[in-house]
Amino acid sequence: MSLKKISKDQPEKFEFNDRNIELAKKMINNYPEGKQQSAVMSLLYIAQRQNNNWIPLAAMKYIAKFLSMPYIKVYEVATFYSMYNLTPVGKFFYQVCTTTPCMLRGAYKLVDVCKKKISNKENEISTDGNSSWMEVECLGACINAPMIQINDEYYEDLDEKKLENIIEQTMKGKTPKPGSYRGRVNSEPENNRTTLVGIKNA
Amino acid sequence: MLEDKDRIFQNLYNDLGEDVESSRKRGDWKDTNEIILKGRDWIINEIKSSELRGRGGAGFPTGLKWSFAPKEVGSRPHYLVINADESEPGTCKDRDILRFEPHKLIEGCLIAAYTVNAHVCYIYIRGEYYNEGQKLQKAIDEAYSQKLIGKNASNTGWDFDIYIHYGAGAYICGEETALLESLEGKKGQPRLKPPFPALIGLYGCPTIINNVETIAVVPTILKRGAKWFSSLGKPKNTGTKIFCISGNVNRPCNVEEEMGIPLKELIEKHAGGVIGGWENLKAIIPGGSSMPMLPKEICETIKMDFDSLVEQKSGLGTAGIVVINKDQDIIQCMARIARFYKHESCGQCTPCREGSGWMWRMLERMAKGEASREEVDMLMDVTKQIEGHTICAFGEGSSWPVQGLLRHFKKEIIKRNNFNPLVNKDNKIPYLVDQHLLEKDNAEIKS
Repeated sequence: MSLKKISKDQPEKFEFNDRNIELAKKMINNYPEGKQQSAVMSLLYIAQRQNNNWIPLAAMKYIAKFLSMPYIKVYEVATFYSMYNLTPVGKFFYQVCTTTPCMLRGAYKLVDVCKKKISNKENEISTDGNSSWMEVECLGACINAPMIQINDEYYEDLDEKKLENIIEQTMKGKTPKPGSYRGRVNSEPENNRTTLVGIKNA
Repeated sequence: MLEDKDRIFQNLYNDLGEDVESSRKRGDWKDTNEIILKGRDWIINEIKSSELRGRGGAGFPTGLKWSFAPKEVGSRPHYLVINADESEPGTCKDRDILRFEPHKLIEGCLIAAYTVNAHVCYIYIRGEYYNEGQKLQKAIDEAYSQKLIGKNASNTGWDFDIYIHYGAGAYICGEETALLESLEGKKGQPRLKPPFPALIGLYGCPTIINNVETIAVVPTILKRGAKWFSSLGKPKNTGTKIFCISGNVNRPCNVEEEMGIPLKELIEKHAGGVIGGWENLKAIIPGGSSMPMLPKEICETIKMDFDSLVEQKSGLGTAGIVVINKDQDIIQCMARIARFYKHESCGQCTPCREGSGWMWRMLERMAKGEASREEVDMLMDVTKQIEGHTICAFGEGSSWPVQGLLRHFKKEIIKRNNFNPLVNKDNKIPYLVDQHLLEKDNAEIKS
């Protein structure tokens, strides 16, 4: 479940930095004149990136002004979509996919590892303040199940040991190498390719 | 089996590189200009005679969809929107197209946009595919710098711009009208149809919405001819398709194959067979989680195309095949899918918002064996009350998998949940609110 709970600790003020103002203007230009409201989703992302991966209410108000739209409409969008975090999350934000294709390959074992290694409860920041985790719905990498997402990166073909290893690395502040953890190439069948064989050997 | 030379996505596993130069080497952006100069009618006729059907799940004929766009541009501009909000559990084909074959998609966008009179195209990518989106953006930048798109795109005299719009984790935005709402910067709640987007879509303007895979195969069809494409597969179910095989198989993979390939061949040959052998197979979800599952007996002979699967009361959907073997608890698997739909319901229509939660809770109890015999029929009744009573197809998508379970595994559910429907004093069933009245201690008012 997504972080729909609004954080109690809210900063008073929020403003885009200069670089993000440029970026926001560029986003608005992607849409026809007068339809700047379309950019609200990208602007929320920009705010989230600027503010340690979560969106305070002040940012929503700021974006509403920026796009000259009602604050409640921004609030509506921010609470509807699950990828906007409305409370602080860890610097390493683990999202464990547990929908059926991942579940069939042992995703709940990964959840247990997260409980043991990061924090007992979902969405609770670990004691070292470094990471938090949550269960999410299908992330669209079912071929490489079970998998997790940490911030923007996908970590695929995992098992308990490999995830423990990844968590240990992030505890030291290192970003682990993304991609498959069984050494397979993208989404081809492991070890034994049945199609496009000639191309591989060429 | 399909020969390698007939595979459209030669770079599905990224052996050849995804940049523009490597893509050109395998035929992308070749003769784009000539194809477009042959005119709109020629393109639509060619796509119609290739019998290409939409790859996003519904299987609507693409040529027909394009012909719905108004012939002349009136006071409102036309838009092309690409649906890359791939979130159906079991499906990850568009991800590989975005990562490894972005130029096929961009070239297809140009051709499709020209055909439907659009100067602007939005590609709606799910927010989780951030890296895939960045790769696509890089490919778009390459295409701009080589003047393949932009002003006078590919020397055709047609101005064409592509923009990427990221979603933010809402499954429902894969529904075309919800996607449009989301593009307009609102909550992704589907619109009533009609009016159809082809006439009143994005910002109230005529809009054509296609899936990534549909658009990405268009350039190859036009280059190699509709005849070649329709010679593959079966009549009305032509061409090739990327199948995603996940779940309990030895080698889960994406593979491009001919439509109408037997399901058993796909699994045994390409995915290394079911874990524990074919005999260990329990059921297969053939087309992403929305499609009803098929038991082993049907899987033996079923062919993977739109019409054969509809005959078995299922569907090809997105061709995301989820294999479930006998080591798994089938009821628990479906309960997890029901939880997915409960989580993703947009909350607009009551039958879906409430019903998806009902189905989830009932299935969770059935998995534990806490439901009564009567409830199995009640669950069927709940699915029937959702199906067909909602604005969008999410209602069907959430109730069909449960119906599939009941159709094929009802005996198993009843075996596990075989309580007497009437409240039996010996059974402590915690969810029945008035059970306490039947218990002696509570019935007597203590003075």
